[in-house]
Amino acid sequence: MELDPLILSRIQFAFVVSFHAIFPVFTIGLASYIALLEGLGYKTKNPVWTTLSTFWTKVFAVVFGMGVVSGIVMSFQFGTNWSNFAQASANFLGPILSYEVLTAFFLEAAFLGVLLFGRDKVPPGAHLFSAIMVAVGTLISTFWILSANSWMQTPAGTEFRDGAFHILSWGEAIFNPSFKFRLMHMVLASFLTGSFVVAGVSAWYILKGREVEANKKALSMCLWLLLVIAPAQAVVGDFHGLNTLEHQPMKVAAMEGHWETSTNVPLLLFAIPDQENQTNHFEIGIPSLASLILTHDFDGEILGLKEVPVEEQPPVAIVFWSFRVMVGLGMLMILFAITGLVLRKGGRLYKARWYLQGLRAMSIAPFLAVLTGWFVTETGRAPWLVYGMMTQAESVTPSLTGGMALFTLIGYILVYASIFSAGLYYLMRVLYVGLEGDGGHTEDEADRPARPLSAAHVQFEYDAEENAANPAKTATEGGQQ
Amino acid sequence: MEVFDLALIWAFIIGFGIIMYVLMDGFDLGIGILFPFAPSEEDRDTMMNSVAPVWDGNETWLVLGGAGLLAAFPMVYSIILPAMYIGVFLMLAGLIFRGVAFEFRFKARSSRYLWNWSFAGGSTVATFAQGAVVGAYIQGFNTVDGVYVGGALDWLTPFTVLTGLGTLAGYALLGSTWLILKTEGRLQDWAYRITTPLLITVLVVFGIISVWTPFVDHMVWERWFSNLGIIWILPAITLLFAFQIWRSVRNRFEGMPFVATMGLFITTYLGLIVSRWPYVVPPNYTLWDAASAPEAQLFLLLGLLFVIPIILVYTAWTYWVFRGKVRAGEGYH
Repeated sequence: MELDPLILSRIQFAFVVSFHAIFPVFTIGLASYIALLEGLGYKTKNPVWTTLSTFWTKVFAVVFGMGVVSGIVMSFQFGTNWSNFAQASANFLGPILSYEVLTAFFLEAAFLGVLLFGRDKVPPGAHLFSAIMVAVGTLISTFWILSANSWMQTPAGTEFRDGAFHILSWGEAIFNPSFKFRLMHMVLASFLTGSFVVAGVSAWYILKGREVEANKKALSMCLWLLLVIAPAQAVVGDFHGLNTLEHQPMKVAAMEGHWETSTNVPLLLFAIPDQENQTNHFEIGIPSLASLILTHDFDGEILGLKEVPVEEQPPVAIVFWSFRVMVGLGMLMILFAITGLVLRKGGRLYKARWYLQGLRAMSIAPFLAVLTGWFVTETGRAPWLVYGMMTQAESVTPSLTGGMALFTLIGYILVYASIFSAGLYYLMRVLYVGLEGDGGHTEDEADRPARPLSAAHVQFEYDAEENAANPAKTATEGGQQ
Repeated sequence: MEVFDLALIWAFIIGFGIIMYVLMDGFDLGIGILFPFAPSEEDRDTMMNSVAPVWDGNETWLVLGGAGLLAAFPMVYSIILPAMYIGVFLMLAGLIFRGVAFEFRFKARSSRYLWNWSFAGGSTVATFAQGAVVGAYIQGFNTVDGVYVGGALDWLTPFTVLTGLGTLAGYALLGSTWLILKTEGRLQDWAYRITTPLLITVLVVFGIISVWTPFVDHMVWERWFSNLGIIWILPAITLLFAFQIWRSVRNRFEGMPFVATMGLFITTYLGLIVSRWPYVVPPNYTLWDAASAPEAQLFLLLGLLFVIPIILVYTAWTYWVFRGKVRAGEGYH
């Protein structure tokens, strides 16, 4: 079989970027949460905030570390596998990505050091400031990277001449037509991720009866936030979809599995798209609803995939199903947020075990929603890399052979599999050891903030003696099996 | 716009960025290279602690180097990365393994040896790959119309293996002199002991590379032996720095060995630059050929002038927060 460097490079990029994305999407939300906890601790001097902040900072450190190491790979992918694209788009992407490093990465790296290791070395105000700077850094980073991605989706402010994009207007290029929707959608997604993970972990501790008071506070905060941002995300997502319809109609057609241009388009709940025969099998849909959602009119006309030749259509099945998974998870998130409010009214929030168990399971939902959402927008852009301007085939490195691409694809999978399974495993250990983690030091740690934060007390290996010495954890272990 | 030669300004900025990266990540990679040879496990803890708060920031310079190169000299980015495809992968894999070792080693007991190897192996592979890039740069790249057309392993030659080894020795020297500065007692004694042999190794390997380089490419030969006598001052200063390292180790100065090693790196680097100037993708493309559009270079330059001073201020502050000696048991993690 002939190895195709284009396909292999696409798989490799999808693999490394998906793997990378799950870390920042969590840390962006978590950084703001930690800054909030630090702020509350600074203002009220209530040790419970410091306990929570110290614990979640440990989690943050592990996840951020994995995000950094997987992110280094990303900054070289354009050059190694997509060198024609790099050369052509450098006038825009080069400065934008450099601005990301300059205004965000340095800020995060420098102040994370102080946030993690400086609690006893700097005044409390400076420590709080560091927490805020880390959070600000993650948001600045989101701004730039989404500007770059949005420009690839809806290029503006540039013209293509002499084999490269040239800038006509920096403002139009940075704030291109899809940017503000994508940015809001992504920031909300990060906050949803942070909230659901903190809520899920807190719910689990409450179920186990560990550090209940602190975890109740954490859970309550998250549920209030979710009540606002989960529905808001649906609204922003709708605006984002309308914007996509305007600029990338074929992506929307693929999301809806819509082949023929027509009016009264049904919203398909289920279908098996068949790209070869340009049709769907086993369609189940609600009549005219897609027209209503997309054009705000039952009779609205929506362009179908057949408007363009087959080779200019995105892979429909991936886009169609990813979109359904994302929306379904989004609905589930709203349902959980509202259920939380109902239970709170009845005073049953911390007693409803089924709900707490459900929250535990939901902590994975935002990650899946984010990944599937990115599959929709990135795969839906195919065959273009810069929409309407430059195809993926034109962008790939000319000297790249299938063998080379396969070598690094397998290499990255092996490296990531070994490193990141260790990372996830360790993260589970940190969660398992929990807020009491530092061998029962929690109370005096709160009185004595001079103690260096120390994730070191969470040992890498599971240790039977450690359990024997700590009945709370033994109970937890029993509960798990 | 003609008043300023933007491409030239950017060449200085990128050149400065590269040497900053080499000096800053060089010593913490050097710690990784020396790791397996440390006298004891406790000393390894201290070694790692001495770089733990800063390595992340140091590697940010590498990411800036990648992004800045794309912004200012996209042709360098889009020729050298494909040409070094396998080498770049090895470097990144190495950096990943050593990066996560920082997180996990302290928390591991029975699996600690695995993280020791991950840290040492990752640092060594990444360093070798960086050195090979330097060698490949001296060799030049096979291009047609601004596109790399060579094979996957063209970069791997006896010459690049030697530059890889030279970089290993050089980073190890940066690492050992950093330990002299940041540690005390038995570990510092050990660092003093290994610095002189490392220095000799560096001088021998750098010497062979220097003698070999003019034969790799005719242009380099011309540069050194016909038209520019003044540049011989660089190897002369390099030797002075080497002497200074040797002398300050003998006198057990704490700061000078590290400072002089940085000086040795800087003059070697300048020597490399004058050998190839103004070619950034030898043998065909100069920095003006490889530059991006002036509007892109200007846009980023303005931001750079504004942001870099701020970065230096807060980076200096974090170094100041963690100033002083790192002692055993004083774990940051």
